[in-house]
Amino acid sequence: MTTTETTSRRRAKTATGSEYHPQDGLLLEVEDLHVEFHTADGIAKAINGVDFSLNQGETLAILGESGSGKSVTAQAIMGILDMPPAVIPKGQIRYCGQDLLTMPAEQRRKTRGPEISMVFQDALSSLNPVFPVGWQIAEMFRIHRGMNRSDSLERAVKLMQRVQIPAAKERVKAYPHQFSGGMRQRIMIAMAIALDPAVLIADEPTTALDVTVQAQIMALLQELQEERQMGLILITHDLGVVADVADKIAVMYAGRIVERADVYDLYRQPAHPYTKGLLESIPRLDQKGQQLAAIGGLPPNLMHIPQGCAFNPRCKFAQDVCREDRPTLQLVAPGRESACHFAEEVLNG
Amino acid sequence: MYKYILRRLIQMIPVLLGATFIIFAMVYALPGDPTIGLCGERPCPAAFVAEFRDKHGLNDPLHVRYLTYMGNLLQGDLGTNFRDIKVVDELAQRYPVTTKLAAMAILFETVIGIIAGVLAGIRKGKFIDNLVLVSTLFVISVPVFVIGVSLQYSFGLKWPIFPATVGSDATVYRLVLPAFVLGSASIAYAARLTRTNLVENLRADYLRTAIAKGMSRPRMLGVHALRNSLIPVVTFIGADFGGLLGGAIVTERIFNIQGVGGFLFTGIRNRDPVSVVGTVTILVLVFLVVNLLVDLLYGVLDPRISHD
Repeated sequence: MTTTETTSRRRAKTATGSEYHPQDGLLLEVEDLHVEFHTADGIAKAINGVDFSLNQGETLAILGESGSGKSVTAQAIMGILDMPPAVIPKGQIRYCGQDLLTMPAEQRRKTRGPEISMVFQDALSSLNPVFPVGWQIAEMFRIHRGMNRSDSLERAVKLMQRVQIPAAKERVKAYPHQFSGGMRQRIMIAMAIALDPAVLIADEPTTALDVTVQAQIMALLQELQEERQMGLILITHDLGVVADVADKIAVMYAGRIVERADVYDLYRQPAHPYTKGLLESIPRLDQKGQQLAAIGGLPPNLMHIPQGCAFNPRCKFAQDVCREDRPTLQLVAPGRESACHFAEEVLNG
Repeated sequence: MYKYILRRLIQMIPVLLGATFIIFAMVYALPGDPTIGLCGERPCPAAFVAEFRDKHGLNDPLHVRYLTYMGNLLQGDLGTNFRDIKVVDELAQRYPVTTKLAAMAILFETVIGIIAGVLAGIRKGKFIDNLVLVSTLFVISVPVFVIGVSLQYSFGLKWPIFPATVGSDATVYRLVLPAFVLGSASIAYAARLTRTNLVENLRADYLRTAIAKGMSRPRMLGVHALRNSLIPVVTFIGADFGGLLGGAIVTERIFNIQGVGGFLFTGIRNRDPVSVVGTVTILVLVFLVVNLLVDLLYGVLDPRISHD
């Protein structure tokens, strides 16, 4: 698709009256977000004050281990947390200046799809097994745009062609189980971009796929993001996946952002011991035969997050101050923030 | 698909042969003399007994009697029983009544069972859920004759909303109470099955996708969750219909319904293999055909099931 077409489409969308207009390209602001899970065993603090923002055309990668709160952040933005057990005691998620968390439920529902949408990790279980894929994509047009069956199916075929599904016209009536993993993820993506959302959240979009297919899916996401100038939030635990695609990276640990940087800076010189550990634990060919590097210890139990810096029990740099005083996110170099008492040492060493 | 249906039809032959032989042999093995009671209080005259035994082939060994019977069956003759009644005539009169009763029971099962199950499922852990769980457990635990007699007494005699018995005129109205009794346990099972499946599907990933797609709650439940949850329920109800068409001996007796169940019961009491086997053959056949239809329906409801 050419640039002129893209621009005209953006304009057309504004003309048809989206009530949301980004100020200076600012789409999404997450401010001091807290999420807790109230369970029978106690309160698990999954997110403990997360801030970030997302601009039009920007790709933000949120990186972290399982349990770091990256998926919960995504689900909180999307509004698909099960509440209860989840509780959001504090924080704001502003989309084009409007707080999604205090918005009436019906108004918020209408943002899901046309404004913000999401691609999930496992496309097989995330697609409804008993409806044809075309039907599931077309549903977006029928529910949100009031289109009739045949027009919406036609749009679904176009979308399937756009995400490069071969013989889309013939396969529009096929069911999810009749597709390969990569093709299913393409359908998931087609569904997510159907209404031309401003923000796309991809929660581990390639984790369930073969390595070769991973690259194709990432390339497709990047292409669509550029074509439509979407803000893309990429949730992943895989450093390799984000390297080529992301503009900014936020590293999460125990429900907080511990480091924030541009992708190249972070790779070249991490400013937080946790990021450093993550980078060192990527297997490398030139270290063949040697012991694989790993971060010692386990991620913290979210019901009992350690005092001070949550990472201190696993940290090589930890001193007494780390066990008492929790470091906040501080600017350590231009465009670089780290939540570590020894950020400078990490950065320089 | 056609190959599958053909294969299933061929599989019915051994099942039918086995079932008829087992029933035939069991009635043959029953102790007692079928002529007892035919002549009132006193024993029948020897000449009558001899003639009776000869006429019905009771002196022949088991395999001869079975083969003779099956030979007639293959020519479409279900036989004439000890009381000189053609089994086919009797069934023609009784089967519509049983079918009507079974269909009404299935209607109760579908409507009440699914509605109760859905209400319990979407309000899991709340009052309505507990109400459904406890009441269905109660219905499942209590034997059908207790439910039958209690409802008959309550709604047929004490507060006579419905007729207490059906008799020879089996209208829909007269069958309401018996159909409810007959379907009661199945209503409970259908409700529980619906609830379990709905609760499970409400946790499914694709439901989370439906929310992320901006679907309203009614659409999410009614289209995305329910469609998946009802697949096993429809299968259960279908198979149950096949079973209920076999007549309901207890319910039919309580409400004096002239159905297949009663005929079967009389046949067993009279040691009358012709009545019993003739009826059972038809019942087995109906059951197998209904089950085949249910399996085909399953493939339609769930695209992941293939019959090729």
